[in-house]
Amino acid sequence: MAQAKTKDLPAGANLPFIYREYSAERLKQALHKMYLIRQFEEGAEESYMRGLIHGTMHLSIGQEASAMGICMPLTNDDQITSTHRGHGHCIAKGAEVSKMFAEFFGKTTGYCRGRGGSMHIADVSTGNLGANGIVGGGIPIAVGAALTAKRLKSDRVVISFFGDGANNEGAFHEALNMASLWKLPVIFVCENNGYGMSTSMARSTAVPNVADRAAAYAMPGVIVDGNVLSEVAEASHEAVRRARAGEGPTLIESKTYRYRGHSKSDRNRYRTKEEIDDWMTNRDPIVRYENELMEFGIIDQAGIEAIREAVAKEIADGIEFAKASPSPEIRNLERYVYTETV
Amino acid sequence: MDQAVRELSYAQAIQEAMAIALETDERVFLMGEDIGVYGGAFQVTGDLVERFGADRVIDTPISELGGAGVAVGAAVTGLRPIFEFQFSDFATLAMEQIVNQAAKMRYMLGGAVSVPVVMRFPAGSGTGAAAQHSQSLEAWLGHVPGLKVIQPATPHDVKGMLLAAVADPDPVMIFEHKLLYKTKGPVPEGYYTVPIGKAEIRREGRDLTIVATSIMVHKALEAAKTLEAEGIDVEVVDLRTVRPMDKETVIESVKKTSRLLCVYEGVKTLGVGAEVSAMIAESEAFDFLDAPIVRLGGAETPIPYNPELEKATVPQVPDILAAARSLATGSR
Repeated sequence: MAQAKTKDLPAGANLPFIYREYSAERLKQALHKMYLIRQFEEGAEESYMRGLIHGTMHLSIGQEASAMGICMPLTNDDQITSTHRGHGHCIAKGAEVSKMFAEFFGKTTGYCRGRGGSMHIADVSTGNLGANGIVGGGIPIAVGAALTAKRLKSDRVVISFFGDGANNEGAFHEALNMASLWKLPVIFVCENNGYGMSTSMARSTAVPNVADRAAAYAMPGVIVDGNVLSEVAEASHEAVRRARAGEGPTLIESKTYRYRGHSKSDRNRYRTKEEIDDWMTNRDPIVRYENELMEFGIIDQAGIEAIREAVAKEIADGIEFAKASPSPEIRNLERYVYTETV
Repeated sequence: MDQAVRELSYAQAIQEAMAIALETDERVFLMGEDIGVYGGAFQVTGDLVERFGADRVIDTPISELGGAGVAVGAAVTGLRPIFEFQFSDFATLAMEQIVNQAAKMRYMLGGAVSVPVVMRFPAGSGTGAAAQHSQSLEAWLGHVPGLKVIQPATPHDVKGMLLAAVADPDPVMIFEHKLLYKTKGPVPEGYYTVPIGKAEIRREGRDLTIVATSIMVHKALEAAKTLEAEGIDVEVVDLRTVRPMDKETVIESVKKTSRLLCVYEGVKTLGVGAEVSAMIAESEAFDFLDAPIVRLGGAETPIPYNPELEKATVPQVPDILAAARSLATGSR
């Protein structure tokens, strides 16, 4: 952890990874995005409560450092596949919150033109191939995208985000095996938030860590504190380097926690209030990151306030954009089932 | 320029189509179990690995779900995979990727992507391989919007439809009856396509329409010859595509003959012929019917091992003859 004071040390010495790797500007942008994720989730939740969004949603509040840290070394050309808890990945990869809100509101201006909603949020233009309603569904797809990257000799890497629940799906094991066998530029990122819906790791998984399973597929398995941005980014950085160098895949296990329930129907009967409070009070990823930034003199309280205010405005504008956008017409119900031929 | 026409087997025609696709389109590659040096369980890929290399004719582990998902991911990001299932029955292991991902990805993403993947399914009974290697599951996949499902019956069609499938921007599922692999027929050299979604009238007739799929087309044609000698003039429609179905050709044929017999190998209940029957019952052709529609489909049983039982499971020529005779003279 960061105990050192930057000003007393030669530049860069003993600082956590991101403070050596990225400019102050990038670091502030990362904080901005983490706030954007959190406030987006809160805005979506509120809109849901007010009946503006229907269906269900899976919020990633508490997991912001995980999404952001993984995406820090990526370019727009790199791709990700995401999960049912995918809003944070979408924002971290570069999507606009206005078009995400519009999608949740079911509008034609949404990323999926109102056909996908929360569970299929995607922004192909920034490399997000989509959230997925099927646990583990995106993992083999990411391997296929990495096969394309390798065949086309592009420099692209592909990230497959999934949760701890997915590590018991057959698709996970089949995909990791093929990716390692063929040395594909793909990084498997398990965001272990402790529970697959209500079932804890201890009750569902025969090994203590998801990363332990990397050994079975002859790839590095790395465990990071998913609530410490620098740790996540450092692991991602090394995995991306390996992938781009043709050295094959890495499995990163990012240990984190979701503050909200699994979905909107969750009554939180499988975990204690004390457990939730402990994570929220003592291990919040944004608070920890802010404290570091202030400690290293990169930002001050006023700077943080400015970010919060800017984000709040972005969120409010996004919701207004969504509200004002048109709904799809019923006559276009069957559009996009097949590719329209000109 | 006229293309020279030779006799090729159905399997050779598929292989030729894949070779042309591999030669002419850098994005095309093949994936499947034992399709490399082994040449495929039915020797359809043959020596393609020697001609195009292991990077483009990829042997996968025995991982149908993962393999199908890799093919979907490659298709979405710009390649043109042709994925071979060793047996169509193994589609059951990959239904998640086929039904939830390949079929729906374009729709779920509001048209932001296409999924140009081709999946090949060796299907059908008659090989003594029993219940888990003999099924005809085309109706399962035909039920899914977003997929295109075809059942070419001749070497000519399978080559042209496979090339049409590779050129198609959407997922195309090809069901190839295993007993057809060794059957021969005229196949033009070089590139040509046969359209997906268009039925073909294999034999014109006045008295009765038989709508058949895959190997049943050949059985229907054989029956039609016998019936001709008895003075029953049968029209045989080769449906060729299960989804999207060529309603117009079937409706026009039934309006002409006023009698419809559907013959298909998949389980009769909720099968392809059930859809054809319902489609006709809802159409303007209904008023032209002179007798109730008759369906001959697979028995309501898993495919048994014993050869006599196995034959009895799916429609055979004598079954078609009996049904056609009864239908030709019946009335409502």
